[in-house]
Amino acid sequence: MNSRIADRIATLVFWAGALLVIVILGAMIVYILYHGGKYISWDFLIKPPQVVRAGGGIGPQIFNSFYLLFLSMVVTVPVGMLGGIYLAEYARNNKLTEAIRLSIETLNSLPSIVVGLFGLLAFVNMTGWGYSLISGALALTVINLPLMVRITEESIHGVPDSLREASLALGANHWQTICRVVLPSAFPGLVSGAIITSGRVFGEAAALLFTAGMSSPALDFTQWNIFNPASPLNPFRPAETLAVHIWKVNTEGLIPDLRRVADGSAAVLILVVLGFNLAARWLGRKIYRQMTAT
Amino acid sequence: MSTLILKINSLMKNNFTKRLGNLAGNELLGKSLATGAALIAIVSTVTIVVFISIKGLSTFTVYGVSVKEFLFSANWLPDRLPAEGGPQVGVLAFIFGSVIVSMLAVLLSGPLSITCAVFIVEIAPFWGQRFLQPAIELLAGIPSVVYGYIGLSVLVPFIRDNVGGLGFSVLAGFLVLSVMILPTIVSILTDSLKSLPREYKEAALALGSTRWQAIRLVLIPAARSGLVTGVVLGLARAFGEALAVQMVIGNTRKIPTSILDPVITLTSAITMDMGNTPMGSLWNNTLWSMGLFLLIMSFFFILVVRYGVRKGGITR
Repeated sequence: MNSRIADRIATLVFWAGALLVIVILGAMIVYILYHGGKYISWDFLIKPPQVVRAGGGIGPQIFNSFYLLFLSMVVTVPVGMLGGIYLAEYARNNKLTEAIRLSIETLNSLPSIVVGLFGLLAFVNMTGWGYSLISGALALTVINLPLMVRITEESIHGVPDSLREASLALGANHWQTICRVVLPSAFPGLVSGAIITSGRVFGEAAALLFTAGMSSPALDFTQWNIFNPASPLNPFRPAETLAVHIWKVNTEGLIPDLRRVADGSAAVLILVVLGFNLAARWLGRKIYRQMTAT
Repeated sequence: MSTLILKINSLMKNNFTKRLGNLAGNELLGKSLATGAALIAIVSTVTIVVFISIKGLSTFTVYGVSVKEFLFSANWLPDRLPAEGGPQVGVLAFIFGSVIVSMLAVLLSGPLSITCAVFIVEIAPFWGQRFLQPAIELLAGIPSVVYGYIGLSVLVPFIRDNVGGLGFSVLAGFLVLSVMILPTIVSILTDSLKSLPREYKEAALALGSTRWQAIRLVLIPAARSGLVTGVVLGLARAFGEALAVQMVIGNTRKIPTSILDPVITLTSAITMDMGNTPMGSLWNNTLWSMGLFLLIMSFFFILVVRYGVRKGGITR
């Protein structure tokens, strides 16, 4: 009966391991939401931060995160989707395809601090933009491109061949088939993939320290001329995001109400990221249902 | 009025779809766009490697530091005056810190990940896919600064009060990292366990083995390549993580003697000193060399995954 006892013990261990992971995760999320949740108020969400005094908010940081997300996705989504289409539909088994795959694998495994260093060289110094939203957005594009390519490729591989063949048989050419048949069928996967990518942008910090910078100028939200340095929409101004702000507040610790700002910011960040994850699942499922029901 | 708007609207719509149709019909244009996008991946990779290499090698080419001293000496005195013997830049302490923290993280996280993956696939598929898998996906989505912040506000005080030392330590660093890399390893291992033929398990059970024997003697050995891939990628993530680690390890520039000592890693040295050393100075150049070292390491990890893993199972 020895082996049976061993089997029982092993099963217990597996359950314990699974429980441990769920407890760790639950404890983390409960801790953040419990400690940070009580500090979240309209005031906190819209007021600018303070450098040395108490009572600062995180308004500009939240705006910066979303704006950077937008700028980065404007580049990432089209390029990543086209790259994925190439790999799924056009790529042959040759040296070029191999090189493309190796590059994507490399980009995927680069530490984000290294991408940040590259951004500092290429986008901040060489172009003369300095610490700016645009530099940060391009660095984030480098980080997220491999993910977007992979998601697109996988979604396209999930489209049944019969659809493709039917479209080609009706006289459509390859590109028409991709645009009108393959992409629409792969749409749910693409949408949830894009949202998951967005969540990653929102939480990224290491690559932004030396590209988007660790400061935010005083923003004037009535100034919509994008060439004005105080305009929130000016892509050439430095911009500290929420994730970078959490790191900076915790490591510099100059403000007296450090706990309040750090806890509150972490709670906001987690809520947004969880929101992205839930939205990705829900939207993907909803679109899928709508498409398959008709 | 409203009919007019509707008319214009439908006109615009028609025009727009027509244009989109023309665009979609153009095979050559579409193919070149897609090819161009794929080539961007190659171009950016090559550019990154070239840029970081040129900057990173300047420590050795411009300042004439020997590679051996750089890698194998722990004397870190980048701003010592020439009168006292000149600067010395040995980064062994940083390399050691990175290696020890990420190795320990994998040692803790590896077994726990195997447990989770086997649980999801073999032990309790219902509970596993209902609760554990979404939990792991959420863990994967949590930004690394949040891990660092929780480490700083919960783990560090806990270690200081209950275990000893300052709290900022190797221990705090690898605990934070091990939770962080868990999702990476679990998802890869889950995929490779799922891709095994069902007959393996059935044959093992038919031969009279218990479930535990089937898992230990058949399934895990069969999914070995996925296991190695997962662990190596987890190690790579841990090695390259900057901010979460920087917040909890204390960052003293010497080799730690115990698990409760503070330590520094390559990534956190770059994070802390890049902003306040002048571009082109020796100190700043050594930071770029550390960046180059990280880049070479990530190539090394890719090579291990690509060529060091025997066939069988799925690598993603």
